[in-house]
Amino acid sequence: MKTCLVVDDSRVIRKVARRILEDLGFEVAEAADGADALAWCATAMPDVILLDWNMPGMTGLEVLRRLRQEPGGDSPRVVFCTVENELDRIREALAFGADEYIMKPFDGDIVAGKLLMAGAL
Amino acid sequence: MTPQDGRTVAALCAERAGLRVDADKEYLIENRLGPVARREGFGSLPDLLQAVRDRGDERLAWAVVEAMSPAETAFFRDPASLDLALAQVVADFARRREGDTLRIWVAACGAGQEVYSTAMLLEEQAPIGVTVDLCASDLSDRRLEKARSGVYSQFEVQRGLPARRLVRHFEKRDDSFVVAQRLRQMVRWRRVNLLEDLSPLGPFHLVFCRNVVSSMLDSARNQALANLKKVLTPDGCLVLGLGEPAGDSASMPGQPGVYRAQTGRRAA
Repeated sequence: MKTCLVVDDSRVIRKVARRILEDLGFEVAEAADGADALAWCATAMPDVILLDWNMPGMTGLEVLRRLRQEPGGDSPRVVFCTVENELDRIREALAFGADEYIMKPFDGDIVAGKLLMAGAL
Repeated sequence: MTPQDGRTVAALCAERAGLRVDADKEYLIENRLGPVARREGFGSLPDLLQAVRDRGDERLAWAVVEAMSPAETAFFRDPASLDLALAQVVADFARRREGDTLRIWVAACGAGQEVYSTAMLLEEQAPIGVTVDLCASDLSDRRLEKARSGVYSQFEVQRGLPARRLVRHFEKRDDSFVVAQRLRQMVRWRRVNLLEDLSPLGPFHLVFCRNVVSSMLDSARNQALANLKKVLTPDGCLVLGLGEPAGDSASMPGQPGVYRAQTGRRAA
C-alpha cells in the first residue's frame, strides 16, 4: 500500500484529504507543520506528500527545498495543495521540485486527477 | 413537470439533433433546462415547454436542444488516445507532405477544453514547417461563445490539465484563467449540426468527435458517422470516445475509438 503524508495546519483539510486518499487506497499520515513533516520523512519517507503552502513556522516551499536535500528526499511525489492560486506561485513550486499543484478548494476528482498526473497513482 | 413535458423534450432533441433523451428522466431534464427557463424569463420549466409547443419559436426550441446535448468535457480527456492519434497523424502528414496545411476538426467541442488541449499538443509537438488549420464546432452557440472566450474557472483548469501546461499556456485574469491568445488564435469556430451536410467543412486529416455519437438515436448516429467519414482525407483519422463504435469500421489495433478512413493502413 502506498503512503501519503498530508501536511496542513488545518485539521479540517487534513481530515477531508485523508478520506479522499484512503478511498484511493493510500495509507495516510498527517503533519500539522513543516517541522513535523520533515521529522516524519526522516523516519519513513512517504511515497506522496500533499503539501500546504502557508503554515506556521516554515512554508511549504521551504519544506520542499529541505526535503529534496535529504537522502531519499527526491523520491516522494510532492503535490502542493494550497489557496495560493497565482501562476507565479505555481511556477515557483514547480521550479522547487513539486510534481503537481492543487488550488483549494478541491474535491476527490481533482485530487485523483492530480495524483495521476504526478505519477502517484 | 408532466409526462407531456418529457415527451416534448425528447421529441425536440430527436428531430433536430438525433439525440436520445429519456423522457422519464425528469431530474436530468430539469437540471439542464431549469437554467434555460430562468434565462428566458419563464416562471417554470413547464411554462417554457408550453411556450415551445404553443409558439413554434425556433430559437426557444433550439435553446432546449442545445442545453440537452452532451456537454461533459475536461482538458486532456482520454490523454493516451489524444496523444497517439495526434502524434500518428502529424508524423504521417509530415512524412507525406500532401498539401500545405494539416487540417484538424474538433467536432462537438463543448466548452473548448478538448480543442485547446489539441492546440497545446500541436504547439508542443508539431514539426516546424507544418501549418495547422484547427477547426472547432458545437451545436450550442452558448458553449461556442464560452469556448471562444478561453476563460475557465479555477475548478475547470484543475480537471485534466497538468500544472506545467497551466503555467505555460494560460494567463490569470482576476479569479479566472484565460487560454493564451496565441492558442485562441489557432482555432476557427463555427456552429455545426452533425446531421447536416458537412462536406463544405472538409477535408480533414483528423477529426475528433468523442462521446457524442453514443448519445444519439441509432439512425442519427449512422447518419452522423457517415457525414463525419465523408469529410476525412483518403487516409484521414476519426477519433471517437473510448469504446464508441463507428458503424461497420474497425478501430485501429490497440487504439479503441480510433478509425482510419481506409482500413488496413497505418500511419508511420
